[in-house]
Amino acid sequence: MNNQSAEARVPLYPRSVKGSFRRFKNSILVIAYLVYYGLPWLPWSRSVGPDRAVLFDIIGRKFYFFGLVVQPQQMFWLAGLLMIAALLLFFVTGVAGRVFCGYFCFQTLWSDLFFKIEHWIQGERPARIRLARQSWNGEKFRKIGFTWLLWFAVAFWTAITFTLYWGEAGDLLRRFFTGEAPSAMYITVAVLTFTTFTMAGLAREQVCTHMCPYSRFQAAMFDKDTKLVAYDANRGEGIKGRAKMRKGQKTLDERHGQGSGDCIDCGYCVQVCPTGIDIRDGLQISCIHCGLCIDACNNIMDSLDWPHGLIRYSSETEAEGGKVRIFKLKSIGYALAIVIVTAVLGWSISHKADLETAITQTRQPLFVTLSDGSILNSYEIKLANQTTTEKQYSIAIRGLDDAELDTGNFSQLTLQPLKNLRLMVKVKRSPGDRRLNKVDDFEFVIKDDVSNQEAAVIPARFYAP
Amino acid sequence: MSNADEQNSKGPQTTGHVWDEDLQEYNNPVPAWWIWAFYGTIIFALVYWTLYPTWPMGKSFSKGMFNDITFVNDKGEEVTTHWNMRALFLKEQQTGEQALKQQEYLQKISDSSYEQIMSDPDKMAFVNSMAKVLFADNCGPCHGKGANGVIGLYPNLLDDDWLWGGTIDEVAYTINNGRKGYMPSFGGVFEKEKLESLASYVLSLSGIEGGDAARIEEGKHIFQGEEGGCYYCHTAEAKGMKSQGSANLTDKVWTIANVPGHDRYEEKLAAVEKVIVDGVDREMPTWKARLSKDQIKLLTVYIHQLGGGQ
Repeated sequence: MNNQSAEARVPLYPRSVKGSFRRFKNSILVIAYLVYYGLPWLPWSRSVGPDRAVLFDIIGRKFYFFGLVVQPQQMFWLAGLLMIAALLLFFVTGVAGRVFCGYFCFQTLWSDLFFKIEHWIQGERPARIRLARQSWNGEKFRKIGFTWLLWFAVAFWTAITFTLYWGEAGDLLRRFFTGEAPSAMYITVAVLTFTTFTMAGLAREQVCTHMCPYSRFQAAMFDKDTKLVAYDANRGEGIKGRAKMRKGQKTLDERHGQGSGDCIDCGYCVQVCPTGIDIRDGLQISCIHCGLCIDACNNIMDSLDWPHGLIRYSSETEAEGGKVRIFKLKSIGYALAIVIVTAVLGWSISHKADLETAITQTRQPLFVTLSDGSILNSYEIKLANQTTTEKQYSIAIRGLDDAELDTGNFSQLTLQPLKNLRLMVKVKRSPGDRRLNKVDDFEFVIKDDVSNQEAAVIPARFYAP
Repeated sequence: MSNADEQNSKGPQTTGHVWDEDLQEYNNPVPAWWIWAFYGTIIFALVYWTLYPTWPMGKSFSKGMFNDITFVNDKGEEVTTHWNMRALFLKEQQTGEQALKQQEYLQKISDSSYEQIMSDPDKMAFVNSMAKVLFADNCGPCHGKGANGVIGLYPNLLDDDWLWGGTIDEVAYTINNGRKGYMPSFGGVFEKEKLESLASYVLSLSGIEGGDAARIEEGKHIFQGEEGGCYYCHTAEAKGMKSQGSANLTDKVWTIANVPGHDRYEEKLAAVEKVIVDGVDREMPTWKARLSKDQIKLLTVYIHQLGGGQ
């Protein structure tokens, strides 16, 4: 039997810590939660559509994002967004390690919040360990129960908030509690409440160490120049290894004289680690590079008046005394790719056409002979008004001198904001004695009647016997 | 894990059975999560058996509980039945989200006049998408999915030549009541020369060149005179009569004789002769009883605009 898989989880009670990385993480926490929980409620005024800044309207097939309204045919923007996200991850991971895991991953953010709740109710690490070891009594029931209750509340609100992105927030919330919401909402809330609670509250670091694929492949992106949270073994271990603070080992001079390193083996860096590893064992797959051990060690160094940086961001090259190269082929390549994708996406969004068109020629049959010998082709034209204003269009053809356009009663069209329309049109040519070409290219011209400009030109073909 | 520790310290655990003095079996129980998942499937099955039709019982079967389906059958009666896919499908068609949306549009079509439908691009878009399917299902077997018909058998509905009239009312009448197109057979009535003359005249009516002037003149005499009597139905101008469904012979559209399909004059002539000899006997069934009023309305507008109706 594989020993590793049989290893039972040792429950973790990370100690809280103060420091610059903790402050940085806190500010990300505040911003991320403000965005996540607040965004569905942010009002926004639009001439048509909902009065929310962000709303993903699946039924109406429109995705409102501040001033932008994204329709399904622009879904490839999402591909651009995902490409940017992936490239950014590759770039940052190459330069500074698992920055995403340590500071921005929702698993990290949510378990951090759950740790804070646990800490607030059950106290610091020793108190939590004591509580876990003691037998079930009133105090334990009360504290654990209250913790779980708060966790559940956070998980529930997290789940509710997720669903609020897909409808008008206030209305959806009211319907949720009056039992009138769609079953999809109840199912989503149930599933997300359960997963948030188990993942952030119970599974925690196991998600990073056992479930998450990113932790595995990010390590493959490190190189010698990647800055990682690392223990300076040369300084910490000295010649004879780390040593506790004992008599005769109290100052740096004394220690260096006896060959001991600067690490006083206080264990603070291990106690604060949210994944329960010892950073002094070197680079390991469980390390999410959150920087909390740096804060812990720096605090100890401060109290001893020793220099910072026994644990710090450093690279293999630095450890060997070399100089880190950030701008190497790999990172420049990723940066370039990010710039290109961002530029293409930006261009595509800013040059979004006001009128989207599509054309299908009737193929069965391609042409019809009419009673006077003229030839008829039919087309289905689809027009989609992408703007939030009402538009007036007229349709004409260009490129066939002898052709006549028949749009039924719709030579002029009014298109409501964000609406689309399918239209059957016919084109007739009277060849007289001439024989028509088997295929002729021509264009449909859609003109905006208000601005008097061409809104779209649709290439088409005319077939004749 | 204590289990793993135990095994590591004492060596592999065995079932305790020994055969042939030293043959033992390792005790490797399946993992707990697997066992629980297995129990889970048993519970799932029990719930499923309760809710859905499952077990055959003689000629019947267990019907399931708590999820009966109520729908309206084709006789208009409300039926409640045990859960089954067919009833679920019928119910979806009647009260499903999409069905309700379609009914809303159908109501609009039902409430509007033909003029209102044809001047509203939104309603026309609905007509085009729904009637396209209706047409392909009901009319397509003869007229073709694209309504281009089969020459000699079923009329092409895309051109502007209407045997029975191309106004909205006439198209609606045709769909509702069906049509019977008939031209008597003239087989054995004319001798070969006269038949050729008549066919030459018919070809000349729509401006097809290559005929002998004397023959055409003779054909005209037969057509317009009592010998052939063709003018009774096709009229003296040969433009046909809507009331009879008789074809306009002066235009470029051929419904029965496959003239456009042949290049040589003799072949075109033979195609026309064949129609004169064989006659025509075609029937379009009535659809009044098979389609709803709204469906016929949709089809009328659709067909009318396909052929650039009159």
